[in-house]
Amino acid sequence: MEKYIGKSVYKGTAIGPVRVLKKTESLVKRKHIDDVEAEVDRLDKAKTLTYDQLGTLYEKALQEVGETNAAIFEVHQMMLEDDDYQDSIRGMIQNEEVNAEYAVAVTGDNFSKMFASMEDEYMQARAVDVKDISNRLISNLCGDEQFDWDAMEPSIIVADDLTPSETVQMDKSKILAFVTVHGSTNSHTAILARMMNIPALVSVPLDLERMQNGTQVLVDGKEACFYVNPDDSMINLAREKQKQEAEQRQLLANYKGKASITKSGRKIHVYANIGNVSDVAYVMENDAEGIGLFRSEFLYLGRTSLPDETEQFHAYRQVLQMMAGKKVIIRTLDIGADKNVDYLGFDHEDNPAMGYRAIRICLEQKDVFKTQLRALLRAAKYGNLSIMYPMITSVDEVLRIYEIVDEVKQELEQENIPYEMPEQGIMIETPAAVMISEELAEHVDFFSIGTNDLTQYTLAIDRQNSRLDRFYNPHHEAILRMIQMTIDGAHKHGKWVGICGELGADLSFTERFVQMGIDELSVAPSMVLGIRSKICEME
Amino acid sequence: MQQFSYVITDEIGIHARPAGMLVKVAKIFKSKITLNGKEKTADATKLMAVMSMGIKCGDTVEVSVEGEDETAAAAELETFFKENL
Repeated sequence: MEKYIGKSVYKGTAIGPVRVLKKTESLVKRKHIDDVEAEVDRLDKAKTLTYDQLGTLYEKALQEVGETNAAIFEVHQMMLEDDDYQDSIRGMIQNEEVNAEYAVAVTGDNFSKMFASMEDEYMQARAVDVKDISNRLISNLCGDEQFDWDAMEPSIIVADDLTPSETVQMDKSKILAFVTVHGSTNSHTAILARMMNIPALVSVPLDLERMQNGTQVLVDGKEACFYVNPDDSMINLAREKQKQEAEQRQLLANYKGKASITKSGRKIHVYANIGNVSDVAYVMENDAEGIGLFRSEFLYLGRTSLPDETEQFHAYRQVLQMMAGKKVIIRTLDIGADKNVDYLGFDHEDNPAMGYRAIRICLEQKDVFKTQLRALLRAAKYGNLSIMYPMITSVDEVLRIYEIVDEVKQELEQENIPYEMPEQGIMIETPAAVMISEELAEHVDFFSIGTNDLTQYTLAIDRQNSRLDRFYNPHHEAILRMIQMTIDGAHKHGKWVGICGELGADLSFTERFVQMGIDELSVAPSMVLGIRSKICEME
Repeated sequence: MQQFSYVITDEIGIHARPAGMLVKVAKIFKSKITLNGKEKTADATKLMAVMSMGIKCGDTVEVSVEGEDETAAAAELETFFKENL
């Protein structure tokens, strides 16, 4: 057994025979030509054919992976027609009197090197696109036949790199997994593999020359491992994983597009927690009914200055538009001294969990808060937004927030900037907020219980301290009573309550939460359908 | 000549798709449209040249438009940048 580690693109498991795809690009030979005009004519015909093939691929991709991902073939068409690219090929044919295949190969190589040498990882990945169109153009010039997929048994495809057009052309029923030696998790091929739900690894350091077609191999997408000639125990483990994956797919098939309603007719909203704009894809894939917690920290972390209003507005608007009218609850800035945000100049704190963080920062550094609020109110026009404030301990804090929100509204009005007032709710994550939940409910539209912090504060257990793990009991009766108290407090004033902490995704408690009166559960995207099936099965 | 500058707000900068759309828009007009940014220059009708500028989120792009339909072209391009980049 040999084991190789790569990067995972799609976390699935596959076992089967290997099929190595080799490129023919190195076969292009330089030839002298006498009739330049005939050669250019040959190039034009091949170009038109290539353009049409890309159009067909676009249509095929549109059916299989949707408009956004199919767009790459439109871009390929435009790259093919790019003036610089075409001029370079024609120039070589005319000036050097070489065959079109050679001119395309050299030009393609030059342009692809140009992209490969760029700093930006995204642009580096575009080198493959240039190679892809160049290879296609060359095979059309040579009249190459395409690989015969019909004759192949279902296999794990191994290649140096795969181009988007190779990926889309393949017969999906014959592909168990993709494994490439090169390629990035950012490439279009990677995105296509993800959309097609095919296990895929990239950057696996394999020697393709030594790889024999038909050898038994195993792809473990979760661990990003590739095994050649796996032993029996590995195979058994993989089969077990495949079984679980099949169950998850079954859930998808059974519960996708369904509402989360108990047999007695109580409707629960099952939403997803996310931390970045790109996670919206997982929200949709798992059919969440909305986003119950969108952590806005991603905008603030890993940079050297505060994100401005426009940047935030664009990010919020993008999510709202993608969610197309479904509920999106964005939580305002929730950071503190434990996060690395040098530009906010936090002092070191011994106990950051109980320190200067979240709403406390926002109420002290009003300009930071107002920028975020302006962006949120402006974005609210583009979908179904709710704002949620973290770390609340008193009614007074809520009233102070509202004063600031009012200032923001007035300013936007004076500046004639369109906005909308979203629903406003708070996180219930301090014991104080639980105790006064009834009073708080008078002032806000909803509650979302953050069980992680609530547990830490209630049990006085620092979650970062692993020595305390055996004392940490997320099912502590105290927590459950706090949740009940919060639900009762909210319902007294006709407000809805959700849970967005990890406990909300605990399947052994779903039934109990519903009985306690919870209205919403917001969980990791991958947990949405499991929770929904639990709800649909209960009385 | 018409000129304007724009700061890119799209997360991944001028990536393939909007670059393609930009080229389409630029080709509608007769004017010569030039992009300047990160000490590089590109003709807006040339896709790979535009992409190879490597313009990222936060970078400023100077757009110059010169020709008979420059006013209309500049206005159209400015809208395009705001909506897509």
